[in-house]
Amino acid sequence: MTARLKIRFAGPHVSVQDAGRPGFARYGVPRSGPMDRLAMAAANLALGNPAGAAVIEVSLGGLSLECLEGQVAFAVAGGGFIVDHAGHKRGAWHRAVLRKGDVLTLRRGPWGSWCYLAFAGDLDVAEWLGAKATHSQSGFGGGKVMTGAELRITQPRNLPDGTIACPVFARPAHEFRATLGPQDRFFTPAQIEGFSAATWRLSDAYDRMGVRLRGPDLTPAAALDMPSEAVARGSIQVAGDGVATVLLADHQTTGGYPKIATVLDADLDRFVQLRPGDPLCFRLISASQAISAARIAAQQRQQWLARFNAAEKA
Amino acid sequence: MKGFPIFRPVAEHGLLVEFGDSIGKAAHDAVLQLDRALAAQPFAGFIESVPAYVNLLVRFAPMVTDHQAVTAALQALLLQPAAAVGQGAGHRVDVIYDGPDLPEVARRTGLSVEAVIAAHQSGDYQVAMYGFAPGYAYLSGVPEAIRLPRKEAAVRGVAAGSVIIAAGQCIVTTLTMPTGWWIIGRSTTPILDAQAERPFLFDVGDRVQFRAVPK
Repeated sequence: MTARLKIRFAGPHVSVQDAGRPGFARYGVPRSGPMDRLAMAAANLALGNPAGAAVIEVSLGGLSLECLEGQVAFAVAGGGFIVDHAGHKRGAWHRAVLRKGDVLTLRRGPWGSWCYLAFAGDLDVAEWLGAKATHSQSGFGGGKVMTGAELRITQPRNLPDGTIACPVFARPAHEFRATLGPQDRFFTPAQIEGFSAATWRLSDAYDRMGVRLRGPDLTPAAALDMPSEAVARGSIQVAGDGVATVLLADHQTTGGYPKIATVLDADLDRFVQLRPGDPLCFRLISASQAISAARIAAQQRQQWLARFNAAEKA
Repeated sequence: MKGFPIFRPVAEHGLLVEFGDSIGKAAHDAVLQLDRALAAQPFAGFIESVPAYVNLLVRFAPMVTDHQAVTAALQALLLQPAAAVGQGAGHRVDVIYDGPDLPEVARRTGLSVEAVIAAHQSGDYQVAMYGFAPGYAYLSGVPEAIRLPRKEAAVRGVAAGSVIIAAGQCIVTTLTMPTGWWIIGRSTTPILDAQAERPFLFDVGDRVQFRAVPK
């Protein structure tokens, strides 16, 4: 048994993602995987899939597909996207069954930049280096989802309709915690003060590699020559033009620009759900505060995600 | 390297261990030594390390450990004798020297095309780091005679497998990408094979020799 889907429309940056390919940064390969890892895990767990199973990551550009053959349960989670399915219009964060002839459309709603469409079955796409996550720069992995393409879900399962509670901590925040550096020495005390006091905004230069911010000019005081070094998801690098960029899921693994600060990984799932134009600020915390914050956040996520297992057993 | 290493926190999951602030053999050797020591004796909660010219990014699980404990673990590794960590492997990479930029490289360096090809093969290259794109290994060791600054404008659609040079560095490309480096040939040795047991031919620190092969 197979469910066959035809992509009627896919906006830019719509791609297959799974938990990603960790451990290859030393070979120039970022982890990739979902921009919002919590939302992807929720969509998968709501179907009884492993949290890191392959899904379609939908951008603000939206997605519309038709079921040509078979039927399969699906779940949508992430952002306040609008889901049109078989004549019903609902918010994301629910589970339903896609049947032959159904059209399913996801489009931008009141908030959020990324939404996850998971299926109760296996998304039959290519793997690269052991993962189906798409690396956007090369297109390797499951691949970009393109208008006109067909996708197959093998081993499709049916499940009853249901809702997924969107947790408060999945909604976008406007304050993000960061540790200073590692190249804070390239900036003046006034620039660092300005960095944490300013209201920043996301620019529309936003893709899976990163997002450029609008805010104070952070041009380093002197033209400093810095050897390239490894960067992290969440690094806030400042290019020669003084513009800050937050590096995200498909970031290049190394770079030669100074990083004024690094956003906590625990805060990135909320960060990516901001949209171009949305305001935000950064709160600088110490390394030990960052550890405590990450542990509290992880516990909160684990408790929330554990509900799905409990619900399945009930 | 007085004052080094320096341990700089990176969010809740990393430490950047710096052995210098400008590119040099001593700092890079120290990076490689710590990288190999970590691979052989990882601490609890170790995720990965990413070597570069003068520093090593060490990533860890914040649920298991923290910056302070990782710093202590790394300092203990740094006290071990260097001999314990071994040397990088050696590789030979075959090249068809028919790149479109060979004549221009020859003109700018004042050499013949044959002398450029011979100079490139005479270099003793070392994998300094990866970056830019999957499988892009930055090889240091391009001989002085053929060192040129990068071109003023990038060329689009340069095929995977191209052998490109700029300043003291050489890359064998693995994707079709734009580049502003000088294209001197193409390699017949696969550098990235996702299906292979070891998908990437080089590890950071490995030595590379180039050898001309006929078209």
